[in-house]
Amino acid sequence: MSFERTLEKLKILADAAKYDVSCSSSGSKRTNTNKGLGNATGMGICHSYTEDGRCVSLLKILLTNHCIFDCAYCVTRKSNDVKRAAFKVQEVVDLTINFYRRNYIEGLFLSSGIFKSADYTMERLVAVAKKLRLEENFNGYIHLKSIPGASDELMREAGLYADRLSVNIEIPTKSGLKLLAPDKNFEDFIKPMEKVKNEIIQYKSEKKIIKSTPKYAPAGQSTQMIVGASGENDFQILKTAEHYYKNFNLKRVYYSGYVPISYDNRLPNIGSEVPMLRENRLYQSDWLTRFYGFQTNEIVNINHQNLDLDIDPKLSWALRNMHEFPVDVNRADKRMLARIPGIGMKSVAKILMARKYRRLNWDHLKKIGIAFNRAQYFLVCDSNQFEKRDLTADKIKAFILKNSTSKYDTILNPQLNLFE
Amino acid sequence: MQNKTLIYDGTFEGFLSCVFYVFEYKLTQVTIQNEYVLQNALFSENENIVTDKTKSDRVWQGLKQRASRISSTKIYYAFLSEQPNVENILLDYIQYIFKNKEKVDTDFTHSSVLKTSQIAKNVSREKHRMEAFVRFRLTKDSIYFANIEPDFNVLPLISKHFKSRYADQKWVIYDIKRNYGLYYDLQTLDFINMDFPDNFDFSKTSTDFFANEEFDFQKLWKDYFDSTNIKERKNMKLHIRHVPKRYWKYLSEKQPNL
Ligand code: SF4
Repeated sequence: MSFERTLEKLKILADAAKYDVSCSSSGSKRTNTNKGLGNATGMGICHSYTEDGRCVSLLKILLTNHCIFDCAYCVTRKSNDVKRAAFKVQEVVDLTINFYRRNYIEGLFLSSGIFKSADYTMERLVAVAKKLRLEENFNGYIHLKSIPGASDELMREAGLYADRLSVNIEIPTKSGLKLLAPDKNFEDFIKPMEKVKNEIIQYKSEKKIIKSTPKYAPAGQSTQMIVGASGENDFQILKTAEHYYKNFNLKRVYYSGYVPISYDNRLPNIGSEVPMLRENRLYQSDWLTRFYGFQTNEIVNINHQNLDLDIDPKLSWALRNMHEFPVDVNRADKRMLARIPGIGMKSVAKILMARKYRRLNWDHLKKIGIAFNRAQYFLVCDSNQFEKRDLTADKIKAFILKNSTSKYDTILNPQLNLFE
Repeated sequence: MQNKTLIYDGTFEGFLSCVFYVFEYKLTQVTIQNEYVLQNALFSENENIVTDKTKSDRVWQGLKQRASRISSTKIYYAFLSEQPNVENILLDYIQYIFKNKEKVDTDFTHSSVLKTSQIAKNVSREKHRMEAFVRFRLTKDSIYFANIEPDFNVLPLISKHFKSRYADQKWVIYDIKRNYGLYYDLQTLDFINMDFPDNFDFSKTSTDFFANEEFDFQKLWKDYFDSTNIKERKNMKLHIRHVPKRYWKYLSEKQPNL
């Protein structure tokens, strides 16, 4: 491996891959058999964090940034005047193995611009994964990007070696996609996703009969949507996400605040702000539907199409549904406890355990670690000095905002919340 | 009534032997102290407790019957925090568990139950961080070497993780604060002590000790780390929350350019 050349390629192809925000390495269990290299623990480990606060768990690169397409929102687009490079299959393998041996990464996330054709590109991505698994006996995590339009046979092979496959929807609406990526076909995204979904279903039913069926994409599929590039509201975005979660069994949908990289007048200007807070609110909403038992419609709907930026979506829901409160902490079921603003799932679990011993009062709740500033207006417990049942939603909101520190303090990477 | 201070050897078994002693003699005014961090209390009578595997096993087994697995694990984790006075929080917790007929190990309204849980959580967080932030460097002897300096004594907790992950390479993880390490030689995993040469600088990679290719990969990694950053989204506060500064010393991506 020529070090200087590899170094240059790595810079170019890591730089071009960084706008893909999916980084999770969780959800796959690969145990190290026959004294090979690596394992996937199921939990995923962030080995470092970039200065923008995102987790680094995988070597995330493009195989090449040559592309025959010209999607307006993409740095790799044909019309963009940037340096181009391409890795050889073996180079990617060597980098992955050597980074992994030093405990820098959990594995590889390989994506690519489309050179020549979808299949030609997909074939090379699969070749990297195959080599890692079969020649290097590598059990770390591999995430391959499915190239829109790739054939069913290649998608099948990809799933045999990769832990996760993803196709980026990028633009949540058909009309937006037509505007910004005229070369792309909506159906080209759906087809590989459909194939992977069906293969996973088939794998699961076969496994029941034959134990040794080779694993197929054990960590499932994910996708990414760019937020704030083509004018959709949060209702459209979260409804699209819901559709993909339901119909394609997606494990994760990622939301990526658009980073302006182009002077194209169809897009926000260079220098305009990245909608980070909005992105964060979308992740919080996603979280509520996946772990807190909320329906998407409760968070956004025809009458409430955009998420509030000044308060989090759970508090926003509570203020719109004051008739559900106050909740009695000593009696309420898990579902309602989880809906109290300022109480997370960890606290819910602690409350359920602790209240078996005695009726809980404010002191107990504070010790358990609830966010008192928000929770105090929405619950009753074994003390009564803080009951304020007669306050209106607007008043409560004003009190909470007055007493909370900078709202940007709450911007946390969604990856982090998983493990707290 | 006179206070009694039980002195033990710093091991978990030693600590449990003290607990056994407390139960055996029904002591009430008692403090447990590690002999290496001993602070002499006035008006207290010292008693050296010999570590006894049979006794410590009995306490541990009894505990497992009266508390969930998670709770007994938390006790072990909290013990490894080495925080001043943690032995006495744990003693109080264990006494509370044994005093009651029903299970009380999840009564988070009891202060030592809650404190133990909180300390264990901190230890667990550092365990995860160590699994993430260990950076191996290839030595001239073809051993992947890493040095760490964790706040808590987490080496025993991370051994399994690294053993199953790096089964086909020789490696050492060395805790330079506590001066002991883990060594995997492709067959077995052992605790070791090492002497380092005087000119060995733990935060530098010197050609005297490390393989030539090591420099290339550190440079590749650091450049990768820098190019993957999106400057429009810079958020150093968040960055530091995730990667506290005390860990930077030994992270190759945090070193000045080579
Ligand atoms: S096809 Fe993919 S890589 Fe090519 S321009 Fe479009 S988004 Fe970018």
